[in-house]
Amino acid sequence: MFDLATIKDLLGLVNYWVVIVLMMAGFYTVIAQHNLIKKVVGLNIFQVSVFVFYISMGKVSGGSAPILKDGIETYSNPLPHVLILTAIVVGVATTSLALALVVRIHHSYDTIEEDEIQTIEHGEEDIA
Amino acid sequence: MITASDPWLLLLVVVPLLAAPVCVLLRSPSGAWSVATAVSWAVFGISIKLLLTVLEHGQAVYRIGGWDAPWGIEYVLDPLGAFVVLIVAGIGAVTMPYAKRSVEKEIRKDRIYLFYTMLLLCLSGLLGITVTGDAFNLFVFLEISSLSTYVLISMGQDRRALTAAFRYLIMGTIGATFYIIGVGLMYQVTGTLNFADLKTIMPAVIETRTILAALAFLTVGISLKLALFPLHMWLPNAYTFAPSVVTAFLAATATKVSVYVLLRIIFTVFGDVDIFASFPLQPVLIAMALAAMFLASLSAIWQENVKRMLAYSSIAQIGYIVLGIALATEAGLSGGIVHMFNHALMKGTAFFAIGAVIYATGAVTLKDLEGIGKRMPVTMAAFVIAGLGLIGVPLTPGFISKWQLVTAALELDMWPLAALILLSSLLAVIYVWRVFEVAYLREPAITADKPADVPLSMLVPIWTLAGAAIYFGANGTFTLDLADTAARHLMGGF
Repeated sequence: MFDLATIKDLLGLVNYWVVIVLMMAGFYTVIAQHNLIKKVVGLNIFQVSVFVFYISMGKVSGGSAPILKDGIETYSNPLPHVLILTAIVVGVATTSLALALVVRIHHSYDTIEEDEIQTIEHGEEDIA
Repeated sequence: MITASDPWLLLLVVVPLLAAPVCVLLRSPSGAWSVATAVSWAVFGISIKLLLTVLEHGQAVYRIGGWDAPWGIEYVLDPLGAFVVLIVAGIGAVTMPYAKRSVEKEIRKDRIYLFYTMLLLCLSGLLGITVTGDAFNLFVFLEISSLSTYVLISMGQDRRALTAAFRYLIMGTIGATFYIIGVGLMYQVTGTLNFADLKTIMPAVIETRTILAALAFLTVGISLKLALFPLHMWLPNAYTFAPSVVTAFLAATATKVSVYVLLRIIFTVFGDVDIFASFPLQPVLIAMALAAMFLASLSAIWQENVKRMLAYSSIAQIGYIVLGIALATEAGLSGGIVHMFNHALMKGTAFFAIGAVIYATGAVTLKDLEGIGKRMPVTMAAFVIAGLGLIGVPLTPGFISKWQLVTAALELDMWPLAALILLSSLLAVIYVWRVFEVAYLREPAITADKPADVPLSMLVPIWTLAGAAIYFGANGTFTLDLADTAARHLMGGF
């Protein structure tokens, strides 16, 4: 079952293994951690896994950058790489906004532990 | 069907996008408000013009930079898109005049110009999602609208607005990231991001596991954004603690636009393949929709905070919309689509009215609302219209959409479904009645020395929406025809 070809196939997909491991690690961190900063870090790792995914999918083995030059025959697909530049910018914006919110939460609650915040909120009355 | 390039499509997105930094430069609250109002009205005008174009020609197209699709990014508007643009732009146009006084009361003076900047960005993002014909471009607009929404929510007075915004940010980002994972998987197989192009390639590749994984990621990601039942946890707190204006605007537009994205994916991208056969999407969506209709309505009954009650009611109403979509027949779709419009009117009115009550009395719990019907008769009359609409009383818009949904269910011989739709309306009767009872049948706790005062600039928008609700409730021909056209177009006919 595990002949050389299968093992080569599996190893050849190393980028995608990395993607899946990062994705799950990040996702788990977002869900399991109570600290808001750690949640943001987890969210970042989750997003980075998608960046790696897009970058890997555009790469063609032996392909070069898509420039007009003699002797270059195979090109990698630049589109996913360009797309992910945009996604990285979006990711930075999301992270900075999340961190700004954490700062404000820390000012108002004196804690950034989610369970402690929930205990505090539980006792609050609903007023506009 | 080649249509000429229509630059109004681009202006629809660019005008509010460029007006946002202008608000930052102006810095003065009234200056920013004037710009935002002017822009929102201009956008509403453009949306009407586009609707007329689309009804005449079937669609409107704009190719960015003159590049033909699928290489360039294409803005496309079909009847469904034009309908959603009309909803978003229309709600935007009534929100801005309402916002002036409400925002002055609820938001710190030195932050007001930023508030309007964010509201314009959010408007621009929501409109962008609706007009774009490119899957990745849609993601960018989704994030523009989402990021501005997080900021808007965090501007609420209560400190819990901050945690609500943070929670929404986490869940919203996960949803959006799921969406790009799905888009990436589709791109890997098809090599295109253009919706129309994806549609033509899809039948050849539907059997691959990659595409099925993409569909799963897309469905879950979008369902997070539209707060479909088990993924709705961010919504109640976000709507409860956001400033009143923001709650009304988001409740009427944001989830509708997410529903639009779901429709785009299911009926455009996967339009030429029978996904309901290769993927158990239908039973899942129907189950979630029913759970939303019942469990969210039940939760609404137990709420003391009226804003939170209306938020849970929104989740239930989204259930009706998704139910219509899941039926996947023309009648069901048109029921879902017309309910998007009708729910926007009703929830907009309801949240506007509650916002006015908060403006005048600062209270949002049922206990504080005792006798409010006598102190604020004009405002609460609008709330009554919205409440009756949520129940689905005849002559209100809610009746038209529920009638359409029930008919669609009966056409498919799904009579238990029709019975459940009616049964869940009874739950709406209970939570709406709780407010009526407190507002009209109890004496005011504080002896009302003066009738609570709401400025005209808030009353006019409230009654514009309430009036529209009455009109489209009594005469559903226009909206139903439009929804039918949109549904027929989505299902592939004309």
